[in-house]
Amino acid sequence: MKHLIKKIRDKDIEYRMGMLLISGVSLSGFIVLIGSIIYLYQNKYVTSDYNIFLGEPERLRNLYDIIKGAFLLRGRELIQFGLVILIATPVARVLFAVIGFYMEKDRLYTAVSIVVLMILLLSLFAGVGK
Amino acid sequence: MIIFGSSFAAGLLGALTGLGGGVVIIPLLTLGFGINIKYAVGTSLIAVIATSSGAAASYVKEGISNIRIGMFLEIATTIGAISGAHIAGLVSTEVVAVTFGIVLIFSAFVSGRRKEEFATGVEANKTASYLRMNGKYTLEHDEVHYTVKNVPGGFGVMYIAGALSGLLGIGSGAFKVIAMDYIMKLPFRVSTTTSNFMIGVTAAASAGIYLQKGYIDPGLSMPVVLGILPGALIGSKLLVRFRTKWLRIIFALVITILGIEMISNGISGNL
Repeated sequence: MKHLIKKIRDKDIEYRMGMLLISGVSLSGFIVLIGSIIYLYQNKYVTSDYNIFLGEPERLRNLYDIIKGAFLLRGRELIQFGLVILIATPVARVLFAVIGFYMEKDRLYTAVSIVVLMILLLSLFAGVGK
Repeated sequence: MIIFGSSFAAGLLGALTGLGGGVVIIPLLTLGFGINIKYAVGTSLIAVIATSSGAAASYVKEGISNIRIGMFLEIATTIGAISGAHIAGLVSTEVVAVTFGIVLIFSAFVSGRRKEEFATGVEANKTASYLRMNGKYTLEHDEVHYTVKNVPGGFGVMYIAGALSGLLGIGSGAFKVIAMDYIMKLPFRVSTTTSNFMIGVTAAASAGIYLQKGYIDPGLSMPVVLGILPGALIGSKLLVRFRTKWLRIIFALVITILGIEMISNGISGNL
């Protein structure tokens, strides 16, 4: 009986994770769409050249600047903000797993999910890549 | 507009064949549009997250993916992804292109192979039992129990899979499935869905780094995201209804050709 309860909860976590992913992806797609409309409207006659790698300007790399620009309804920043939400969706999924395993009183896997979450946050915020 | 249309096709094909969109996006952008491979890799990572998260819609209800195995192996794939993203900054474009070509051919080979179910009920492995990885799933009202083997081996291959994902901007689903099928002896129904579960998390680890490095361009990601999302959603819905055997074989051939093309262009320095 105890085993049965545990299995149902595992499935429950999975189901909610799926719903979370779908909401995150839809939200991201929606923001990217709005950003694209603004961006295309502002850059009607500009053809971009991606042949040579230049790298993006600082304002499109830094989370704070992206959010600031997104609220000013700038096209490029809005798209970038949508992409940040897309990247954050799997991170939210791991956070969700931490909570789920904790509620199941599964200490081992609460710890495992926390480790994964830490690695992700380290790469996203600590600027490990710089 | 062309990128939008092709991304839609890439999402559709990626979901149908289980290979993800990345393997199509990078050759498309570099060979087709002459875009620098660094931008292509950044854009592709975004596409990979979108496909992986979007495809979740079709299999969440089935509940056959093993979230314990997935979560445990994600420690390896995320650390690998960070290493891969770092290596990407150090090596030349040519090295990335050639590595990509080799991985592409390898993935084609894996996806074209006949899928066989491993015998279940093999003796449980100590590490796997301690980590409570053994599980079961329901197949046509029958419960199938399975056990897991060689956890350290699977963990090691997952690190490599993560590093390739971070370096090349792909989901490296082929390597993940190999680690779980051949090394850990998981049934393929479990390994494919668990692999999809892990791809998004792995790609997120390196995408964060690419964003900070300025490899992700909004103008380029926009048509790809808007194209690949509906493509992946429709693809994962169709997957339930259609037999995909021939599609897989044709797709495997196409990416083999793309792989050879990437290698030759990489060697001659055309990218």
